[in-house]
Amino acid sequence: MGSCCSKKCDNKPSMNTNSPREIIFNGIFKNNPILIQVLGICSTLAVTNVLKNTVVMGVALIFVCSFSSFIVSLLRKLIPSRVRMMAEILIIATGVILVDIMLKAHIPEVSRELGPFVGLIITNCIVMGRCEAYALGNSPFKSMIDGAANAVGYALVLVVIAVIRELLGSGSLWGVQIMGDWWTNWSIMVMAPGGFFVLAVMLWIVKGIFKEEPENG
Amino acid sequence: MDNIVLSWFTIFFSAIFTQNVLLTYYLGMCPFLGASREVKTAAGLGTAVTLVMACTTALNWLVYYYILIPLNLEYLRFIIFIIVIAAFVQIAEIVIERISEKLYLALGIFLPLITVNCAILGVCLFMVIREYTFVTTCFYGVGSGLGWMLAILAMAGIRQKMVKSKVPGPLAGAGISLIIAGIMAISFMGLAGVIK
Repeated sequence: MGSCCSKKCDNKPSMNTNSPREIIFNGIFKNNPILIQVLGICSTLAVTNVLKNTVVMGVALIFVCSFSSFIVSLLRKLIPSRVRMMAEILIIATGVILVDIMLKAHIPEVSRELGPFVGLIITNCIVMGRCEAYALGNSPFKSMIDGAANAVGYALVLVVIAVIRELLGSGSLWGVQIMGDWWTNWSIMVMAPGGFFVLAVMLWIVKGIFKEEPENG
Repeated sequence: MDNIVLSWFTIFFSAIFTQNVLLTYYLGMCPFLGASREVKTAAGLGTAVTLVMACTTALNWLVYYYILIPLNLEYLRFIIFIIVIAAFVQIAEIVIERISEKLYLALGIFLPLITVNCAILGVCLFMVIREYTFVTTCFYGVGSGLGWMLAILAMAGIRQKMVKSKVPGPLAGAGISLIIAGIMAISFMGLAGVIK
């Protein structure tokens, strides 16, 4: 648990789920990438101090993850297994370039604030992990749903973190001031340590609640 | 002239302490949480990251400014940077294996993992966005690598000491590591007054 990245993921057996609904449920809740697998918090945690950026980042990640799972699965019989990692990275990078150009064209100010973090989706373990663990052995349609579901599960957690951090750290949500004059900003929350603490406490709560349940994931 | 030299050192030290890639930008978290149980592993991984980071940032600077910009292909930088990093790691693995078997045994297992380390690509992208010159980039690359190594070494040291302490069940593992990282980030921030 907690060890990265793709090297480890290929040992993991693919889930034997059939119905799309089950795939979605697994991705979002039962196997939530952040809370259960503790994977891929690398790059995206950095943008969670502002809710708007986090949502944009989440959408970008959902697109890249489903796009690359779909393409990898389409090409899975053509990619020689020796170079499959490189092929996957190239497919993911193509998706990221598309997202980057789109963001620059439509919301340039958010794109500037996100800075290098859009590009860093390439090295996000979730995207690569889903390609390795699921898309290489399943049909394109199912892989796309699996990729999207995992990314949604991931983005949801980030949004929760962002809500907590922006509300406590700046007293606002989506740039709109929520807290009144009596509120004192917890400035540590918008800085780096805040992200570590919020994520740790979330892990604590989630693991504490679901500890009794038997592990069959 | 003095100003330029001074700015190099400022960037070097701020990359290690106040702008630490790991504790400020959360880059390279996965190996940080996964491979920080023992100081020895952490030292090996840290050395490998520093080596690769120092060389690839310099290489990528050359590639970006002498190949991509003249050809108007800046938007391809994500793919090109990743390829340069992957190629460098492969070559480094072969060279190290030839030069010293001892070094290969110490670093060899970590090298392939580094290709997908966010910190390496992150530093390469930062140097483009901040428009550093070549020399500045070299200082920045080495400094960031050392900063990452410092953070993972400190983390491994703390975790080794903690083996016998009682941590609440659900918090054990990743949770407590994140809290330690948070506290470390606060203490690194305290150095902000020293380096302007």
